Amino acid sequence: MATVEDYVSRIEGTCGEEKDVIVVFKYEKKDEAISQILKKAKLKNTIAGIIFELTFQDTSFRLYSSGKAIFRSIKNKQELNNLLANLLL
Amino acid sequence: MDVQAVRQDFPILNRQVNNNPLIYFDNAATTQKPCQVIDAISDFYENHNANVHRAVHTLSLEATDLYEKSREEIAKFVNAKQPAELVFVRGTTEAINLVAYSWGLSSLSKGDEVLVSLMEHHSNIVPWEIISKIKGFTIKYANVNSDGTLDYDDFESKFCSKTKIACLSHVSNVTGVINDVKQIAKVAHENGALMLVDAAQSVPHMTVDVQDLDADFLAFSGHKMLGPTGIGVLYGKKELLEKIPPFQGGGEMIKEVEFSQNKGCSINWNDLPWKFEAGTPNIEGAVGLAEAVKYLEALGMDEVLSHEKALTKYAIERMQECNKIMVHGPCDFSKKCGIIPFNVKGSSSHDVALICDNYGIMIRSGYHCAQPLHQQVLKLQSSDRASFYIYNTREEIDRFVEVLKEIGQL
Repeated sequence: MATVEDYVSRIEGTCGEEKDVIVVFKYEKKDEAISQILKKAKLKNTIAGIIFELTFQDTSFRLYSSGKAIFRSIKNKQELNNLLANLLL
Repeated sequence: MDVQAVRQDFPILNRQVNNNPLIYFDNAATTQKPCQVIDAISDFYENHNANVHRAVHTLSLEATDLYEKSREEIAKFVNAKQPAELVFVRGTTEAINLVAYSWGLSSLSKGDEVLVSLMEHHSNIVPWEIISKIKGFTIKYANVNSDGTLDYDDFESKFCSKTKIACLSHVSNVTGVINDVKQIAKVAHENGALMLVDAAQSVPHMTVDVQDLDADFLAFSGHKMLGPTGIGVLYGKKELLEKIPPFQGGGEMIKEVEFSQNKGCSINWNDLPWKFEAGTPNIEGAVGLAEAVKYLEALGMDEVLSHEKALTKYAIERMQECNKIMVHGPCDFSKKCGIIPFNVKGSSSHDVALICDNYGIMIRSGYHCAQPLHQQVLKLQSSDRASFYIYNTREEIDRFVEVLKEIGQL
């Protein structure tokens, strides 16, 4: 059974007062991850089909065709894991 | 300077990132490496690899010769009186830690003061804070003006008879502001204090003459000046380095370790600079850094600085075309070199960096290891930073500004 770890290579907290979280998808799974997320999340805006402004379960985030996503206002690791599981699995 | 010819020496500039040509604007973090440096490192491992000093076999003699000739080359580059004044370390951070631990632990005590500025990189703040907790001395922080320039009056007014050392970056890693460290060194010496210069962002970009600056200690990193990671330099005046105890213990840094049942262990330190180079050093790093120095000398440091200043002026003028882009730092280009901090209204700094990355443009976002400067002076939550070097072009800046303008429309 697939897990979040199958898709995610690294999760990084950013420095600065904006406590964003950047999720880096595994290179070989990024296209699959992006496709899954685009199916489930609500698209608010897109730029040239390579940057997607999305919302999912009241959380807004941006997804990049390079295989990265930036999530805002994430309270803790568990919340992010649940969100990613719901988006990817 | 023939930038197109320079670019031919950097293999990485031929690659694509996210299906776009690589535009590397994160040079204040680390620089790319020319073939000459890569080849020098390969040549060392292919033909000369051995441990340095003490062995009598041919390979060790060759490796030692390469290692010590590298020191000579780098000493000439910063105009040290002699190579023995250059200690090889991992980088600027380790160099400053060496001074804080070796000199600070042995020379500072309660009642003494250390003077730093609010624009310092964390590596010129945290080591002093750690040692102050042990020794009980006070750290005074000099103000920085709202445009990111040093408040010289405040800095100089904070000197007193208790001040033992002033620690200041030559060039800010956030704003690119060039500080008059020669003037501060003069004031420090008039007050009986030493002067430590964090030259991580200056030695790669301009002529730095340690004798002219009259710095007592000066630190820089190889990887920010075309050299490999894991090698850097602490310059120290010989008479000072001779007085202070070693930073780490081990092989290389001792002449003798005599043991007797009656007296125990008796240790004699090695001569300079090896007293501060415990263990097997980063030999290929030193060789690579010397090659980087030769590369920069061939270009001419005045040419390097002139190219970066011209790019910075052009970039700022182009960025100011868009009212959503807020450039921080001084407007006077003569006061700064090739680093531009900025924000794009409506987007977080990390968003901007990720979008740039999507277009193959590498910039940095966050505090850039200078949280006090961001929070206390610039009043920013975080910023983006574009920083230039010898291989960057106006065409790259045009593409960069095009992307920033798109971000401004989000």
